[in-house]
Amino acid sequence: MVEQAIPLQRRESRILRLLKGVALIRESVVGMIGLTLIVIWVTAALFADVLAPFPPNETIMPMAAPGSEAPGGGVFWLGTDHIGRDILSRIIYGSRRVLTFAPLATLCAYAVGIPMGLAAGYRRGRTDDILSFIANVILSFPVLVLYVIIIATIGASAVNILVAVTFASAPGIFRIVRGLALDLRNREYVFAAETRGESPWRIMMIEILPNARGPLIVDACLRLGYVIITIGVLGFLGLGLPPPDPDWGGMINETRQMAMSFPHMTIFPGIAISSLVLGFNLLADGLREVSLRD
Amino acid sequence: MLIFVVRRLGTMIMTMVVVSILLFLLLEINSSSVAIKVLGPYTSEEQRNLWLEAHGYFRPIYVRYFDWLGHFLIGDFGDSTRFKVPVGQMLWPRLANTGILGLATMLVVIPLSLALGVLAGMREGSKLDRTISVSSIVTTSVPEFASAVLLSAIFVYYLDLLPGTSAMSDGFSLVQLILPAMVLVIYDFGYVTRMTRASMAEVMTTHYIRTAVLKGLPYRTVIMRHALRNALIAPFTVIMLQINWLLSGVIVVEFYFAYKGFGALLLEASLNQDLFMIEACAMVAVFVAVATQTIADVGYTYLNPRIRFA
Repeated sequence: MVEQAIPLQRRESRILRLLKGVALIRESVVGMIGLTLIVIWVTAALFADVLAPFPPNETIMPMAAPGSEAPGGGVFWLGTDHIGRDILSRIIYGSRRVLTFAPLATLCAYAVGIPMGLAAGYRRGRTDDILSFIANVILSFPVLVLYVIIIATIGASAVNILVAVTFASAPGIFRIVRGLALDLRNREYVFAAETRGESPWRIMMIEILPNARGPLIVDACLRLGYVIITIGVLGFLGLGLPPPDPDWGGMINETRQMAMSFPHMTIFPGIAISSLVLGFNLLADGLREVSLRD
Repeated sequence: MLIFVVRRLGTMIMTMVVVSILLFLLLEINSSSVAIKVLGPYTSEEQRNLWLEAHGYFRPIYVRYFDWLGHFLIGDFGDSTRFKVPVGQMLWPRLANTGILGLATMLVVIPLSLALGVLAGMREGSKLDRTISVSSIVTTSVPEFASAVLLSAIFVYYLDLLPGTSAMSDGFSLVQLILPAMVLVIYDFGYVTRMTRASMAEVMTTHYIRTAVLKGLPYRTVIMRHALRNALIAPFTVIMLQINWLLSGVIVVEFYFAYKGFGALLLEASLNQDLFMIEACAMVAVFVAVATQTIADVGYTYLNPRIRFA
């Protein structure tokens, strides 16, 4: 009998495997509802120019009730605000701002939190002590107190809001990554890489980080939802980006004095932000459910 | 145990010291901007310098820090630049108001979320569990300002049952406390519920619960005597840490309902660059947060027999 080499089955590419993993979300009803909500808002943001019935910053007719006819044709489906701008159009355009800033800010926070967490979890010892102490100090602030002080001191601008969100969220990411790295550093593939003599940063980035992706993806969804709330709250408190471009939190702030007579001005932006956050939270729950299953 | 408590208190003090240094550097490193904030933008260079000289701002920064810290420790926070009265005089009553609001919230959140969490965790994966879990996700997804808007539209505008503002200008009024507390409850109870559920679900899978069920104890007894005592240790920590979140929440809620509390004071101070007020408020907030974290840690260790007797 001639010995034959059994050909190894080609492994699917990384990207394909990741996509397959993400596609499992179809099995979770809750996750699919979340995904649908997110897709709706992303569509709204992408095609705002087509979907919005009116220009977002144009004064047309003040304080129109939801469903009333516009003077130049068309309908104010959600009414207009105190200076006559169409609320539906402002909400649709507002989704652009939320969906650019929140992911960007979350990304910045991860870019800071992940390397620090990996370093602390993999190296341990003094590095870990120092980084953990810094993280604990920042986390000991009630988070909104931190935002209010930072923004009030350095001023409200796009960059400053990104800085503030990164500063306040990175320690939380640090803690999660550190915990995962502490666990993963004792795996055999890490020892193998160490024996091969690979550099610590290569091990952290190539061996440890990809294996920590599951919990991190779930965390990213939750954090994205939370960052959306934060940006909304800053807008609501008058610490957000300057007007006139629509901002969901800012829309509520501008019209809340009239909410007692015209509740539609504040309710709809409130529903908009809640539904988007809900989308991310449900998606996170669905992903966790699916990932725990196998 | 005693060593643990002492060490934990040490960490707490160290955190407070570092926070105070950070805060001091952030707000006071630039002494000329301090003078502008205190004296107003329409003052001459000479006036500012005189003020800075008189208040010792030309000393080295570390001397200034220790001087500041010393005054802080004896409760002398300086004068509010906006209201021209000592900061403490405004801070303490406001803090008491927020305490009332926080207490009212906690009195609802704790029993509600523990009960829901235990019910959900008792039978993991059941219909009841899914319903409770999903609705707790829904309520935590609604930011406080959005639920404040929705609730006041319902209860103030459509039903006309409750007052829309909670300024309490004619003394304390329970009716005015309902809406702010309700908003905080809705945002906060979901998280505690989910944590209680997770803890309960974990306990239900342990061997001693299986033993208790298999030896034929009634389900009620299994839950009440065996499961609850262990399942409620983790939620204790979560509830203490929730106070940290509550301090964030009160800023939004007090601002929306014009409630005269600590959160609104901090926000107003920040918007008006009321320097010494910001410092005092921030330090108080961090102190409350760090103190509750310490209590949570110590309490967890004390409640958990596996750690206590180790």
